[in-house]
Amino acid sequence: MNAYKELTLQGLWTNNPALVQLLGLCPLLAVTSTVTNALGLGLATLLVLVGSNVTVSLVRDWVPKEIRIPVFVMVIATFVTVMQLLMNAYVYGLYQSLGIFIPLIVTNCAIIGRAEAYASKNPWQKSAFDGLMMGLGFTLVLVLLGAIREIIGNGTLFDGADLLLGAWASELRIELVQFDYPLLLAILPPGAFIVMGFIIAGKNWFDQRQAERAKTPEKQVTRARVTAQ
Amino acid sequence: MIGKSMRHNGMVLALFAIVATLLIVATAQFTEEPIKRQQEQELLQVLNQLIPPELHDNDLYQSCSLVDHAELGPGSHRIYRASLNQQATALAVEVTAPNGYSGAIELLVAFTVAGEVSGVRTLRHQETPGLGDKIEIRKDDWITSFNGLTVQGADDNRWAVTRDGGMFDQFTGATITPRAVVQAVKRANLLFQQQQQQWFAAPNNCAGVSS
Repeated sequence: MNAYKELTLQGLWTNNPALVQLLGLCPLLAVTSTVTNALGLGLATLLVLVGSNVTVSLVRDWVPKEIRIPVFVMVIATFVTVMQLLMNAYVYGLYQSLGIFIPLIVTNCAIIGRAEAYASKNPWQKSAFDGLMMGLGFTLVLVLLGAIREIIGNGTLFDGADLLLGAWASELRIELVQFDYPLLLAILPPGAFIVMGFIIAGKNWFDQRQAERAKTPEKQVTRARVTAQ
Repeated sequence: MIGKSMRHNGMVLALFAIVATLLIVATAQFTEEPIKRQQEQELLQVLNQLIPPELHDNDLYQSCSLVDHAELGPGSHRIYRASLNQQATALAVEVTAPNGYSGAIELLVAFTVAGEVSGVRTLRHQETPGLGDKIEIRKDDWITSFNGLTVQGADDNRWAVTRDGGMFDQFTGATITPRAVVQAVKRANLLFQQQQQQWFAAPNNCAGVSS
């Protein structure tokens, strides 16, 4: 159980693929102009990550070391192509709005990174869990980024959610602010870089404060000893 | 020794390639039908918005023909003919506006037999989000400003954006996009007035083929 707890913490926070490893930034920055797009790409990445992790883990004893990278790439590419076809067939609207970024999941280094660093050395249950948590961490950052950019740029949340979730979801759309001139910068890629920078800064600030807090009592103890002498 | 390991590695790689290919082929076959249906449905939905149901009783999607005209943009373009009781009533044509702000804009434009525009929709474009993308019906209703209008000859200068002295609004911060769309619809309308007979008579030759 402890190992799973550790994996959860690693994926969601301490080793988050987007915030700490800074992997997969190309799709991350490009598609997060709305929450819906972010969630769609995040879920697609998550599924590919779990699928590739499990497969890589299952075949890890058969694959000679020298050819493991081409095999991993092939496994990932297969999952992505299958995912792309399925999305084209069943969530057509979202498929169109994500466009080229679905096939580009293949090049998301977070996926091959996990295959090489974790799945090729661990049993499939743990690898699946690792994929799930890393994918979840990635998706959460995507959604957060998408939400911030959508609010600043459009004044809405969940615009076009019906493309992903079906017709009922069009009621999810929230109009928060009505802009006469939407803040274009937030929707364009530079806005993504800026918002991403602030999110990373926020995480680092939080981590630093936690570390300082953890240190403080220790200091007091040392000081007490000094005065005693 | 090396030869043996090379052969082994090659076999393993080949095995993976075969399994991967099989998986993809299976999925492709499984999803072929739904994908075709999705594309068909999307196009039909747009067609039905442009040509109201009371104007036709035929299957628009089946009544498709390919035409080649420089005025519509490079390549062949599809036309969809609508008829009511065997009488031609309206026609929708794919038009490419080659001079958008970032590349070509693909439009679907419908005309009634009287030569009026019955509707315009943007099919594909790469215009700037927030500025030029107001040509999409889900962002703005600007594209409906063509409805019911007719071009009166090639020198009809009402068919331009306001900045060029015409009757169509441009968007704040984006003139090039609406200008490209207005010009494309104008060219298509003029061509339609000229080609109407031939277009309605052209054989069906592209039904079920999606772009």
